[in-house]
Amino acid sequence: MRIVIIDDSGLRATVLEEGLREAGYDDIHIVPPRGAFVARLERMAPDVVLMDLGSPSRDTLEEMLIVSRALAKPIAMFVDQSDDAMIGAAIDAGVSAYVVDGLRKERVKPVLELAVRRFNAFAKMQSELDEARTALSDRKIIDRAKSILMNQRSLSEQDAYALLRSAAMNQGKKIVEVAQALITASELLGGGV
Amino acid sequence: MTTGLRIAFLPLTDAAVLVAARERGFAEAEGIALDLVRTTSWATLRDRLVYGQVQAAHMLAPLAVAVTLGLSQQPAALAAPYKLNVNGNMLVMTCDFAAALEPDVAARLADPLGTAHDFAAAIGLWRRKPVIGVVHRFSSHAIMLRYWLASAGVDPDRDVVLRVLPPSLTVEAMQAGEIDGFIAGEPWGSAAVEAGLAEAVAIGERIWRRGVEKVLAFREAWAEENPDTVDRLLRALVRAAAWCDDPANHADLAGLLAAPAYVDQPADLIARALSGQIVARAGEAPIASPDFMLFAREATPFPWRSQALWIYSQLVRWGMVDHDPATVAKAGAVFRPDIFRRALADSDVPMPGASMKLEGAVGMPLAVGSRRGELTLGPDRFFDGRVFDPERIDEFLASFTPLR
Repeated sequence: MRIVIIDDSGLRATVLEEGLREAGYDDIHIVPPRGAFVARLERMAPDVVLMDLGSPSRDTLEEMLIVSRALAKPIAMFVDQSDDAMIGAAIDAGVSAYVVDGLRKERVKPVLELAVRRFNAFAKMQSELDEARTALSDRKIIDRAKSILMNQRSLSEQDAYALLRSAAMNQGKKIVEVAQALITASELLGGGV
Repeated sequence: MTTGLRIAFLPLTDAAVLVAARERGFAEAEGIALDLVRTTSWATLRDRLVYGQVQAAHMLAPLAVAVTLGLSQQPAALAAPYKLNVNGNMLVMTCDFAAALEPDVAARLADPLGTAHDFAAAIGLWRRKPVIGVVHRFSSHAIMLRYWLASAGVDPDRDVVLRVLPPSLTVEAMQAGEIDGFIAGEPWGSAAVEAGLAEAVAIGERIWRRGVEKVLAFREAWAEENPDTVDRLLRALVRAAAWCDDPANHADLAGLLAAPAYVDQPADLIARALSGQIVARAGEAPIASPDFMLFAREATPFPWRSQALWIYSQLVRWGMVDHDPATVAKAGAVFRPDIFRRALADSDVPMPGASMKLEGAVGMPLAVGSRRGELTLGPDRFFDGRVFDPERIDEFLASFTPLR
């Protein structure tokens, strides 16, 4: 079974490809949706095409699936409509799968399930990464605000932090918001860091 | 009690009514918390609607017909009880290509028939078959472009290459030389003009003076199970639409749409379509086109069944669907004037007495039979003077000369 993954983000495609190979699929190709990707895809004659549901290139791909003469068998998204739960899980995970007509459901299902699991794992990884990034930049902002307070009001680091925290609590805001406001005010007043 | 409602949209100026309904309190006043879900491709918008991730969508009218007829992936019966706008498309071509057309852009846009013939001649001069971007096979834009090209003897499946790509990628594709022009909803044509890449060649409003464009589409079953929510939403939308049509609000509306969560393009580009001030060539004075995009006036939101059937007639014409009585009935039933009437029964919205009309028959503003209030229909002529009688689809189809 030839599987083509159309993906712009190299990382997600790799995560998916790895999973498919571990499961014993070995005819896997990754095609980025740029330039003449439709012509490449036609030459490959895939049995299954996996793609991010939100990819802007899906309209282009679907048009090709309608007009292509190179693809002998029609391809449709989720050929077998009987498995509502499976389709629901795929849509929620952001997986779109185009499958050659006639490919048996039992053969497609494990591929789709794997794609859903890998897409979900990738999304989780991405959001953890985003959280970590936010946490890091929050900490930098709070550190800057602390050093302003330490310099200008001769406070210890601990007292500077306590002051930020009590100001945040009094105003019903996050510490990082108070810290950002302090940095902005300090810049406007030319206080420097 | 507040009802949460998720509606998918594409970043286009004609999502205006939905955005205004959310941002200016019209939805809230009807007890609806609108969650607008931005999507980049029509395929994604369609899937989110068909598979139930959203309850409604800002959809190309022909796509709603096509999904119902089973022409676009998973078949699903859709119901379109509300038109989000009329008109709003623009065909732009690279400045090189446009150099072979009438140089006076105002004259060029005012005479679509003449420009179609100039365009046909320009194809022969171009270094390849012109590649024209269309946003979807089942878009009003593609159908309109085919209609226009064919009037000058150009076969859109033979003499040009139609390449499908979503509206927000059109300008990039033009920059990369992948397409020689495109027809899309605003602000994408204006963005290409502003970037100095392209000139306006035709505007939708001049091809069909009141062209059906985006509808609000529901899954039919969902709409039938939730009549109260549908009715409240429609009431919110007619008020939002009236607000959007008011010139006093255009600057505010353009500002709302410019936000990254919506269209994510400069407000002054978006304002051009709203105010009907179209810049056809970079640096030139705008051309007044007051009917460039309509939201409320002339009962714009009313889903005339004859317009769904006009779309159907064009799908048949281009061999996209077989012509038979059962399909005619199914296509016509996608537009739901019955729901529109039910939802707005107690409002002050002028309500047409009929559900079908001749399309393309009104030359001058015309007062028509209305159950309430005064209703004037604007001119709705096709540029070639044809009239579509929904009761006589066969005759209409026979009136087009085969291109090969």
